[in-house]
Amino acid sequence: MAYSDKVMDHYENPRNVGSFDKDDSAVGTGMVGAPACGDVMKLQIKVSDDGVIEDARFKTYGCGSAIASSSLLTEWVKGKTLQQASEIKNTELAEELALPPVKVHCSVLAEDAIKAAIEDYNSKGGAAAEAAEKAADGS
Amino acid sequence: MSKSERVPVYLDYAATTPADPRVAEKMMACLTMDGDFGNPASRSHIFGWKADEDVKIARGHVAALVNADPREIVWTSGATESDNLAIKGVAHFYRKKGKHIITCKTEHKAVLDTCRQLEREGYEVTYLDVESSGLINMKVLEEAIREDTILISIMHVNNETGVVQDIAAIGELARNKGVIFHCDAAQSAGKIEIDLEKMKVDLMSFSAHKIYGPKGIGALYVRRKPRIRIEAQMHGGGHERGMRSGTLAVHQIVGMGEAFRIAKEEMAAESARLLALRERLMNGFSDMEEIYVNGDLSHHVAGVLNISFNFVEGESLIMALKDIAVSSGSACTSASLEPSYVLRALGREDELAHSSIRFSLGRFTTEADVDYTIELVRKKVEKLRELSPLWEMYKDGVDLSKVQWAAH
Repeated sequence: MAYSDKVMDHYENPRNVGSFDKDDSAVGTGMVGAPACGDVMKLQIKVSDDGVIEDARFKTYGCGSAIASSSLLTEWVKGKTLQQASEIKNTELAEELALPPVKVHCSVLAEDAIKAAIEDYNSKGGAAAEAAEKAADGS
Repeated sequence: MSKSERVPVYLDYAATTPADPRVAEKMMACLTMDGDFGNPASRSHIFGWKADEDVKIARGHVAALVNADPREIVWTSGATESDNLAIKGVAHFYRKKGKHIITCKTEHKAVLDTCRQLEREGYEVTYLDVESSGLINMKVLEEAIREDTILISIMHVNNETGVVQDIAAIGELARNKGVIFHCDAAQSAGKIEIDLEKMKVDLMSFSAHKIYGPKGIGALYVRRKPRIRIEAQMHGGGHERGMRSGTLAVHQIVGMGEAFRIAKEEMAAESARLLALRERLMNGFSDMEEIYVNGDLSHHVAGVLNISFNFVEGESLIMALKDIAVSSGSACTSASLEPSYVLRALGREDELAHSSIRFSLGRFTTEADVDYTIELVRKKVEKLRELSPLWEMYKDGVDLSKVQWAAH
């Protein structure tokens, strides 16, 4: 199977590989997929008090497209608010990486991963989550 | 990193082999005006006679490798056609005797899909499980044989794992029970000894391109004593004693004959050399954590090594190993995401099946190729494990079998 140059680039030089302490209240962790299906993605975000994603890390078990999708996603979410990050669509990732139809599920997994990470962060009731809640209450 | 002379290094000989230069030379002499281009069926002139003589010699070489009579060899387009002809041919000819066929879950698709077709035609097929070694349990096979069983089809060497079935024993059992035994020998001919005088195999499929012959040509061995009958699947001019019509592809046949001749001459030395190379490869990986050999190496063809590198997904590893040509049991490229059915049948968990790589070595593989492969694989597996959340969890002592995975 021929991979696009962008997939190859992310695969060979993956961005933001690594892990944060998942117990840190400023960290949200999303783990999606299953080994039996051939891909597992772990995406972590570090969120500032004002609800902006300061940093992101990933680890992925999966094909080149899955690795590239998660690598690209970490680049995209940095500097975004939680709200903006949750609006990232798998189709945007798939388009950017020129994924063939059989690999679109990799981008779907990446979208699931960021949503799961945000959910995990919110469930911890971190500073920004509280702020967001207050803002919501106030409106 | 040690230098291999040829990058990418070809380690996919079980998929196909390059033609031996001696084979290519023989083939080229059967194509043009000044060569033996004639139709072997032309009885009225020298062009036909010469082509017929070439085919006769080639038939002799193929028969000689497996200790058969040349009259027992039927040319086909390859092992897939041979499998189809053998299984459908027997099923259709002996349909009044019974409609039950036994095969095995680790067979090649050419056998499995042919059996599926026969099921659609009203036949009943038993698909045997294998042991974790990859071997058939003889007791299980015996118990599967019924009054109406007409055919057992079991391959000799498995294409994914390299595991060798005991076809001599299966042949004995089948003969005792009065059941016809077909064996797909695409991966074994020219690699391990086959003696059809001794082995009670009734039908055997061969391919040329797995042993340095050309693609597009194969043969089916059809036993004469006791005589095995098959119904033709290709009808026409009645070639090959009516079993397979179609003008003989002389250049292909001559290529296959030469490949089988060379194999007979060089098989013993080549197997020993390949075994040493495979052991070198295995030794190069043996101190790595969490690697699993698929298939029992004590019942094994020399040139194949199938290993699962746990916590690394096969397709991404193949991508990382772009300087060596290997194949994976992970079928992530297909929409189904199904891992290898062969490794699943061995009882491998999906994740290990997804993490498997098949290395297959051959005539032109060198020690330098193997050393290069070892270094490259070690480096890339390490890199991908650094990237793998599963490896991280394993290192943290998490029992992955107890994790609730979010299915997708």
